[in-house]
Amino acid sequence: MEKMPKWADVVLVPVVSLLLAAIISVIVFVAVGQNPWEALKLMAYGAVGTSDFLGYTLFYTTNFIFTGLAVAVAFHASLFNIGGEGQVLLGGLGAAIVCLFIPWPHWTLALIAGGLAAAAFGALWVAIPAYLQARRGSHIVITTIMFNFMASGLLVYMLSDALRPAGQMQTATAIFPDATHLPSLNDVAQLFGSDLFGRSPVNISIFIALAACVGVWLLIWHTRLGYQIRAFGQSESAAKYAGISAVNITMIALLISGGLAGMMAVNNTMGINTPQLVDNAAGGAGFIGIAVALMGRNHPVGIIIAALLFGALYQGGAELSAATSIPVQIVVVIQALVIMFTGALDQMVRSPIEKIFIRRGRAAAAAGE
Amino acid sequence: MDFFTIVQLGDASIRMAIPLLLACLAGLFSERAGIFDIGLEGKMLAAAFVSAAVSFATGSVWVGLFAGIGISVVLSIIHGLASITFRGNQLISGVAINFFAAGLTVVIAQGWFKQGGRTPSLSGSARFDGLDLPGAFTRMRDKMQASPGMQFYSEFVSGHSILVYVGLLSVPLTWWVLYRTRFGLRLRAVGEAPEAVDTAGISVVRLRYSAVIICGILCGIAGAYLSTAVQAGFTKDMTANRGFIALAALIFAKWRPWYALGACLLFGLFFAIDNRFQNIQLQVIWIMVLLIGASIAMTLYAVRREKIDVLVLGGLSAVLTAVALVTWTGSTGDEVGLVAALWETVKVPSQLIQSLPYLFVVIVLAGFVGKAIPPRAGGEPYVKER
Repeated sequence: MEKMPKWADVVLVPVVSLLLAAIISVIVFVAVGQNPWEALKLMAYGAVGTSDFLGYTLFYTTNFIFTGLAVAVAFHASLFNIGGEGQVLLGGLGAAIVCLFIPWPHWTLALIAGGLAAAAFGALWVAIPAYLQARRGSHIVITTIMFNFMASGLLVYMLSDALRPAGQMQTATAIFPDATHLPSLNDVAQLFGSDLFGRSPVNISIFIALAACVGVWLLIWHTRLGYQIRAFGQSESAAKYAGISAVNITMIALLISGGLAGMMAVNNTMGINTPQLVDNAAGGAGFIGIAVALMGRNHPVGIIIAALLFGALYQGGAELSAATSIPVQIVVVIQALVIMFTGALDQMVRSPIEKIFIRRGRAAAAAGE
Repeated sequence: MDFFTIVQLGDASIRMAIPLLLACLAGLFSERAGIFDIGLEGKMLAAAFVSAAVSFATGSVWVGLFAGIGISVVLSIIHGLASITFRGNQLISGVAINFFAAGLTVVIAQGWFKQGGRTPSLSGSARFDGLDLPGAFTRMRDKMQASPGMQFYSEFVSGHSILVYVGLLSVPLTWWVLYRTRFGLRLRAVGEAPEAVDTAGISVVRLRYSAVIICGILCGIAGAYLSTAVQAGFTKDMTANRGFIALAALIFAKWRPWYALGACLLFGLFFAIDNRFQNIQLQVIWIMVLLIGASIAMTLYAVRREKIDVLVLGGLSAVLTAVALVTWTGSTGDEVGLVAALWETVKVPSQLIQSLPYLFVVIVLAGFVGKAIPPRAGGEPYVKER
């Protein structure tokens, strides 16, 4: 059986998908009367043009690595966790509670405790949908969407009522104590006399995100549990015959997924310049995780690259909307196109490329004989 | 609560139920043919925008309606392309369509109308007005003083836009198409056993595309109803998750048209109550009874099962009990002892009331309201044997 070379599968197919998404985006820009070339230049400048912009791009990249990994782990078990948005919000609640009510002596301890609390809250928020999927067969996609809405309701209640300090206008928690504020990457850069990241909030949790990538890689491809998750994802019935418990794997895969999404909250609560949990803290990152995971083919390396791209897109899109009349929702459109072409229409892109390679392979074989 | 309030609540339930019903029937056609469609939301939203924009531009709401149906059908065909022709993942395709519509409607609305992502307000012939049936009172004061039968007729039966009646009529129509026509029989068969349909020499692909296009038409009407009948124009994210609730109603209705009507009316009632009673006060004792009762029920259910049930349901029970206890101790004061606190009233957070429909969806999906068996071939692309 001929196959196309690995590089074509890993690089060429996503690049062609991305090109198709880009072509349609250009049509959208033209339809709203914006010069696409100018828009691209503005977005590129907004993403990496100054040290502040570059820092923001990396800040968002950190978010998207976490949510991308979350979606990818669930995808390996053939489960679609679309509830990243809600799990991020709950993770923020966990981090906020730990930071506000326990006096931490140093940020390292606060980081460990805050990270664990955020992961635990994120995982707990997916526990009920996971349980219902595993036990009752309730569709995880619809239940997690419902849990997103409930999470935002719960957060608004907590931030406007229970956790808001008296006399504060903003719907947000109090500002966390200084000892829980994570050092920003610029603080690190200044040790070497550089001001590379300006006043942007990108902080050391980007290293946690990278560590999580290594962790997910080890888990999925180098542990027994990871093997079980992949086996279950490939064929549920085969996995059952091999003695793998469907209930357990569904629960564990989704809890890990929820935990990873929840951990993102460390970045956008303890890491930002005024550390606190604000309303709508997730900002769509949970959904962008879907596009990141699909584009990154559920592999940590791919996810890092896709997260960087979406980080740049998100930050560049924000600057574009500040400079022109194009609203930030343009990012959602591009995100949708990427999901469509790399996810649902994958076969449309893949099979012609595959055919070309097979034909060329045959021609080469015929010439060799 | 007097009779007229109940009639008004019923009237509001119908208005809320119609878009859900149309979307639910749309999903019914698609899922009965074996194509999951999580993109109902996006199709409705796109149709809502296009019908409002075209109605505004042409001044005719009918042109707007057909334009809305058109865009919805286009998105349906894209979904069909992904899920039927290219055998992609139907859930992912639906999610993409939702985001596409959510983003693009705002971008184009801003680009064309420059009013912060909305269309200008519609009026006159660019809107669907309520139809006043013969003899019905239209003024609020007349209605309030009328006899109960007349109140029912004037407020509940009359005064809806034509799309409401279209929505209600589409229930028997759907039933008839599905259960009394050859097309309907084949449509249901293609969702259960596409290989059998194929063996009989009928095109699976053509049947599934027809189902998906019908789904698009119904979603289009639902979207147009929202922006040209309920509201006077398009606003950002105006479908407000109705597409997802319609999917839940579809499961609740076990993929049957008449049950779908019931399920959507129930959800409509939920939203109507939600809109009307934002400020609900409850005595602490009722909150305690409700939460602790639910906890005990879940614990009793879990103990006879496996470790995982005990862990999850036990944990949930503990959380609910803790919320109950916090509410109880929180209502005590200097003057109010623990026992007296039970009779204090507390305001139920409005966010909780707004979350109730979603919570209800989860309870429905958990299957505590009866077992729902989806069409057997749902979500699976059909591959012809070679």
